[in-house]
Amino acid sequence: MSEIQAKFRLDWPGFSLDVDLQLPITGITALFGHSGSGKTTLLRCMAGLERAPQGRLTINGDVWQDDSHWLPTYKRPLGYVFQEASLFAHLSVMGNLRYGMKRVKDAQLVSLEQAIELLGIGHLLDRKPDLLSGGERQRVAIARALAVSPRLLLMDEPLAALDLKRKREILPYLERLHDELAIPVIYVSHSPDEVARLADYIVVMEDGRALGQGQLAEILARTDLPIRIGEEAFAIIKAVIGEVDNEWHLARLDFPGGQLWFRDPGLAVGHSVRIRILARDVSLAKQPPQKSSIQNVLHGKVEAIGGDEHPGLAIVRILIGDSRFLARLTRRAVSELDLETEQNIWIQVKSVALME
Amino acid sequence: MLLSEGDLQAIWLTLRLASIVTLILLVLGTPIAWWLARTRTRWKGLIGAVVALPLVLPPSVLGFYLLLAMGPYGLVGHLTRKLGLGPLPFTFEGLVIASVFYSLPFMVQPLQNAFESIGDRPLEVAATLRGSPLDAFFTVAVPLALPGFLTASILTFAHTVGEFGVVLMIGGNIPGVTRVASVQIYDHVEALEYTQAHHLSAIMLVFSFLVLLALYAWRPNPKKGA
Repeated sequence: MSEIQAKFRLDWPGFSLDVDLQLPITGITALFGHSGSGKTTLLRCMAGLERAPQGRLTINGDVWQDDSHWLPTYKRPLGYVFQEASLFAHLSVMGNLRYGMKRVKDAQLVSLEQAIELLGIGHLLDRKPDLLSGGERQRVAIARALAVSPRLLLMDEPLAALDLKRKREILPYLERLHDELAIPVIYVSHSPDEVARLADYIVVMEDGRALGQGQLAEILARTDLPIRIGEEAFAIIKAVIGEVDNEWHLARLDFPGGQLWFRDPGLAVGHSVRIRILARDVSLAKQPPQKSSIQNVLHGKVEAIGGDEHPGLAIVRILIGDSRFLARLTRRAVSELDLETEQNIWIQVKSVALME
Repeated sequence: MLLSEGDLQAIWLTLRLASIVTLILLVLGTPIAWWLARTRTRWKGLIGAVVALPLVLPPSVLGFYLLLAMGPYGLVGHLTRKLGLGPLPFTFEGLVIASVFYSLPFMVQPLQNAFESIGDRPLEVAATLRGSPLDAFFTVAVPLALPGFLTASILTFAHTVGEFGVVLMIGGNIPGVTRVASVQIYDHVEALEYTQAHHLSAIMLVFSFLVLLALYAWRPNPKKGA
């Protein structure tokens, strides 16, 4: 079966892990949760760094562990990126890259050159790790994990130890990884921005349990999860730049179900982008709005109505084509508009942000 | 010539003893240190204390028990006689075995500290890069603990050179077999040959100082990489 099945139970003093997950074998799957939610422990169990006696892990039908056998970490065809780069201090960058590569016997999916090029570390190969910046070190660590041609790449908050500038430096490389290599990634993070920008699929963790899982847009649009990804509700829409209007300096973002106009970000037509739309920037109308300053008006259906953190507020989920938008309004507005699911509705999008 | 033939013989014997003991302890001490650094069992404290015992035990006490063990009625003596090796006391081999016990903590403790300071992470990284535990030990743990290996070897060597009480108990004072430099100095003093004692003592003093100087002046880069 083409998926990852991960079932683990662990009981430690003060902490227990109990998950049974089916995860996609493509793209980036984020394990999202607060610290202490068990996401790193789950990742370490998958790597075999933590031994969960009652566990089962199969990747594409290959059993890595079950009741009767348990592959030690060094026999699992995986790559692992730790929160701190953890480069071998006694080896040069090249020595670090070659360490795992030399020990891989099966066919190479990723060549050393490819890993070096992908992470942009060609100029660092002769250096010792202590002469690298934090961002450079983490890029080397990612390249080192890729150079073993993993069938599954596990990343434990690879950006958490870096400042904002270094994060910005690395994120584009992670996106390239996602776009150019067909290696499934499990990505542990507590950062809503990283998750919204990188993830295709999300597992929300709390207290060692998986509260919910699904496609990014689906999870973001859930109105019933007790913890929220980010301080405010928002939707992520994957779009392509369809047209650039040079006269008004605007770009048209095409997404499944409609289009939005956005100030021209300077990207070429055909470029894929992720856009974030905060629920508070979306308003609803029962009639097509007339002569409004808001240019982005879309037509869709109410899919669900849920509560927000404040008792006076509600989150309404609207389906437009295949894309889900969230709108935050007061409960009184919900009542006065007489909103119900399946109802036709016009939404006005006041502001759109490109995920960068 | 400042040194007599007996002095030179004693120095040569001392260096031979210290080298052999250091080599043996590198082989024996490394797994003990590795185990002590990595284990989580409650026996760790007990084994650690046993290893450290020669640090505080008077050498004569250690020598006395070793003498009993190696003697014809001791466990070790029994074994060596069964194997047709003859008794160990008052032989060079007996001295080597006694010195291994005596210098054990000087090898194990610096190595244990070095292994502990590496932590679990580099070994976990090695495992995620397909390195088996044994592979990771030789390609990651040993290179990272290299300063610890140097410190431990120098300390073990120097400590064996400075041995006296254990030698007297186990080895006695046989020229070319068990009469090491420290015993030779003692003999010179006993015989009121102060000049010879001076020469040999000065050599020991300079040697010890140089060893410690090398140890303290040479500091590995304390910046922990990556």
